Amino acid sequence: MFRTSRKPRAVRKTGRRSPLASVSLIALGLLLSGGAYALVSSSTAVADTSATTTQATVEEGEKLFQANCATCHGLDLEGSDDGPSLVGVGSAAVDFQVGTGRMPLQAQAPQAPVKPVQFTEDQVNALAQYVASIAPGPSIPEDQYLDAEGDAARGAELFRVNCAMCHNVAGAGGALTEGKYAPALTGVTPTHIYEAMLTGPQNMPVFNDANLTPEDKRDIITALKFQENSTSVGGHPLGALGPVAEGLFLWIAGMGIIVALTVWITARSN
Amino acid sequence: MAQDGTSGTELAAAGDHDGAQTVSPGTAVVSSDAVRDPGLPPHRLRVTDTDPKKAKSAERAVYTLFYLSLAGSIFAVAAYMAFPIVPEDLLSVRLNNMFIGIGMTLALLGIGIGAVHWGKALMADHEAIDIRHPVRGTDETRARAVEIFDEANQESGFGRRSLIRNTLIGSLIAFPLPAIVLFRGLAPEGEDPVELLSHTMWEAGTRLARDPDGTPIKASDVTIGSVFHVIPENLPGSEHLLEEKTKAIVLLMRLKPEDLVEEESRKDWSYNGIVAYSKVCTHVGCPVALYEQQTHHLLCPCHQSQFDVANHAAVIFGPAARPLPQLPIAVDDEGYLVAQSDFLEPVGPSFWERH
Repeated sequence: MFRTSRKPRAVRKTGRRSPLASVSLIALGLLLSGGAYALVSSSTAVADTSATTTQATVEEGEKLFQANCATCHGLDLEGSDDGPSLVGVGSAAVDFQVGTGRMPLQAQAPQAPVKPVQFTEDQVNALAQYVASIAPGPSIPEDQYLDAEGDAARGAELFRVNCAMCHNVAGAGGALTEGKYAPALTGVTPTHIYEAMLTGPQNMPVFNDANLTPEDKRDIITALKFQENSTSVGGHPLGALGPVAEGLFLWIAGMGIIVALTVWITARSN
Repeated sequence: MAQDGTSGTELAAAGDHDGAQTVSPGTAVVSSDAVRDPGLPPHRLRVTDTDPKKAKSAERAVYTLFYLSLAGSIFAVAAYMAFPIVPEDLLSVRLNNMFIGIGMTLALLGIGIGAVHWGKALMADHEAIDIRHPVRGTDETRARAVEIFDEANQESGFGRRSLIRNTLIGSLIAFPLPAIVLFRGLAPEGEDPVELLSHTMWEAGTRLARDPDGTPIKASDVTIGSVFHVIPENLPGSEHLLEEKTKAIVLLMRLKPEDLVEEESRKDWSYNGIVAYSKVCTHVGCPVALYEQQTHHLLCPCHQSQFDVANHAAVIFGPAARPLPQLPIAVDDEGYLVAQSDFLEPVGPSFWERH
């Protein structure tokens, strides 16, 4: 009963998220893929990320995948000791991981950091379409949910309930256990915010469409973008990290000024 | 800074370094081989004392600072008018605060720094010594003090009328007691706080609902790696919403069933890898909700307690005393998640009756 009543969109295969892993061999893979890039760049035909799946894109994505990802994720997306299976992760997960530069992974670490994106938009799309063609999964969100013009107040409430404990109430990010962290949400594109909620990358939990509906996600994005673009009334936010940053500033700058003034007041004039 | 002439002579003996024990017993013993007092360094004239030009420029600096202070005050008033707070315009709030603040800072710092600079650079500069008074009073004063106490005791009968004295002491001890008793009034009237702390809104059959909407959750909605912030379905609209919510909040997670390590007796508390745990930390009651879906660790942001969700929320780090209480869940006929019962132990931090 449990399985059958699931919505098709929310179907996720188990086994996708084995502990975060990858290999330094990916560097070798990148070197080898130079030739593949040349082939790919001459045959790209996709206009934007929401382009329809074509056989050509899928084939192109397959080549890219085999050259850049298969070392860890397996030739048939089955995964290995170094990387989880990608069966059923959907195009949203690929677009998020590759589109923010997290993948290909640079080094084994508690968490894959954001780094310069390694592929063009078309290549990311091709990879996403290829992975999605193997098994269905969450797809790249539609533009209507990404306009950041929803209900900011409602979005902020949902954000406080579901997200703020890790990502900080101002979206400034925060520390987790053993070197992991929730990244800052400022400067992240609405597409990537949406995809992160949908797919739960790395240690982030999944917020599927049954938990936060697409409209909820749109409101959350609206709230984040509103906060990002609005003026800080209290002056410099000091990273919006709360008592630690503010306390440190007061200890060093505030007490420093008091000490300096005290020294000046009590010193003899020359 | 006039020389204090009244007691200098009394202490002069202490400075003689002749070893004679002529000082009063109230002062330190002066040893004969003490390091000699090097005396004061020679007086050093300031540049403003020797150079009239420097004095002139210091004078200029001081009155410039006072002028700046004046300007700051006027600027603050002008800024209040020039940068009014426009409703809905956050930038106007910031500009208003900033410019008034700059004006007032200038006004206060101008006076302060100017006055100190004046005192340091221009006012008369010569060293003077204020000799400390001896700590001990004269014998006469001491005798008189004892006399006064005796007299007061005689006249009031404090020592003699022991019943009056003892009842006074007793009443002084008793008068703060009502304040302590009043603390009991902080607990709801007519109810046992222990009972209240031990139970939450959850009952057999209460549906698990989303925070804050209160829409019920189907088991099929909870995909692997998902986390739901949960309240009882009947919480919205209940009479003591916040009190009930603080006790009843629950975090719902779904793990792969093979990742769950469950005790035999609690195997039927979960459903297909879906587990529900109280969100109230057992340390001091912060909401524990920083869930890592791969490590299955729950982190409390207040004091870094960590709980292992895969292992009945056992404490694996930090000051929390106990695992998070688990809410036994099941699925009803329509596929919605429901509670099997209330929590089987009190949620949240320790209290007197629970350690």
